[in-house]
Amino acid sequence: MCLTCGCSDQENVRVIDPSATSVDPHDHLHEHDHPHSHDHPHKHDHPHEHGPAGAGIGAGLEPGTVITLEEKILAKNDSLARRNRDWLASRGIHAVNLMSSPGAGKTTLLERTVRELGSELAVSVVEGDQETTLDADRITATGAPVIQVNTGSGCHLDAEMLDNALRKLEPAPDSLVFVENVGNLVCPALFDLGESAKIVIMSVTEGADKPLKYSTMFHTASLVLLNKIDLLPYVDFDLDQFADAVHRVSHHARVLQVSATTGDGLSDWYDWLRQLRARETAPAQ
Amino acid sequence: MHELSIAESVIDAVTARTGTANVKTLRLEIGQLSGVVSGALRFCFELAAEDTPLAGAMLEISEPVGEAHCRTCDRDFGVSDLVLLCSCGSADVAVTSGQELRILSAEVC
Repeated sequence: MCLTCGCSDQENVRVIDPSATSVDPHDHLHEHDHPHSHDHPHKHDHPHEHGPAGAGIGAGLEPGTVITLEEKILAKNDSLARRNRDWLASRGIHAVNLMSSPGAGKTTLLERTVRELGSELAVSVVEGDQETTLDADRITATGAPVIQVNTGSGCHLDAEMLDNALRKLEPAPDSLVFVENVGNLVCPALFDLGESAKIVIMSVTEGADKPLKYSTMFHTASLVLLNKIDLLPYVDFDLDQFADAVHRVSHHARVLQVSATTGDGLSDWYDWLRQLRARETAPAQ
Repeated sequence: MHELSIAESVIDAVTARTGTANVKTLRLEIGQLSGVVSGALRFCFELAAEDTPLAGAMLEISEPVGEAHCRTCDRDFGVSDLVLLCSCGSADVAVTSGQELRILSAEVC
């Protein structure tokens, strides 16, 4: 448990199916009712020396021994993310990771997107929040399947959380899964979930300089949705400055202006999703 | 504050190799553009390592500086943040160094 911000490990993470009649508040992540097989991508070539019979790993190491690891710190997360990506791809499922600060309009955008795209393709949602099923309840009202992940005091979703959420969600083949990350413009940027695309949502009330201030987050994005453009007449937001700021931190990211409330610009967002699906479901050459 | 997750990942990866042996020194590579703050990681590591064989281990952290390559003018240059703009005006720039997040080695005691 981090005393500075309260960030904690997976112990307090809960994966909740809001459609279930009762919810076990201690439905921890490490239960294994896996609908898919275990093809663990991690290696089992532990290079430890064996000490006396029954001794564990490391028992035979001489003091002063230097163990060379030369591995990525996030190797475990990255390997779980690869497994998620492979599992999704094998079923023709596309997952998009929606990241933003709290209050940028992720859930409102999702509600409308699910309602307006739901007749065209199968969609389901994974909601990430520290606490409550409020967002999952809003998605449930649209009729789409949804799983809520409560991270406790955790500040981001990681690949293991998505893995566990997908097991409960059981998304349909060839469907689209929206993953709404914990509202936070910093931490989610570092954790690959196995998604097809990372999308940053920002609202015009947040200020045009945010891409420069939170460059790591915007650097990862392939699409930036500028939300709440219906409020542009009432706020001091420079669209050109914003476009320039995004371009500086992510050369390849597209920017779409939308209003999840009025529907302005959403047809471009839906087209982007259709193109994403078409591109990745195209047979390999 | 994702540094606690990072610290826990470090401890898991190291103990998978060193097991119950106490670790005296841990060498990490945390690039200056990695999004991880070394000071915060040290703080979180101290907390996360309690009651593990890594408790009290000294962290030696190298922090590679940011370097980038401009795909437009083919020039390499240093960067101090992810605001990647080449002096030629192009933003078509690839980060070539500074995003490392690696465990290099652990010395047991």
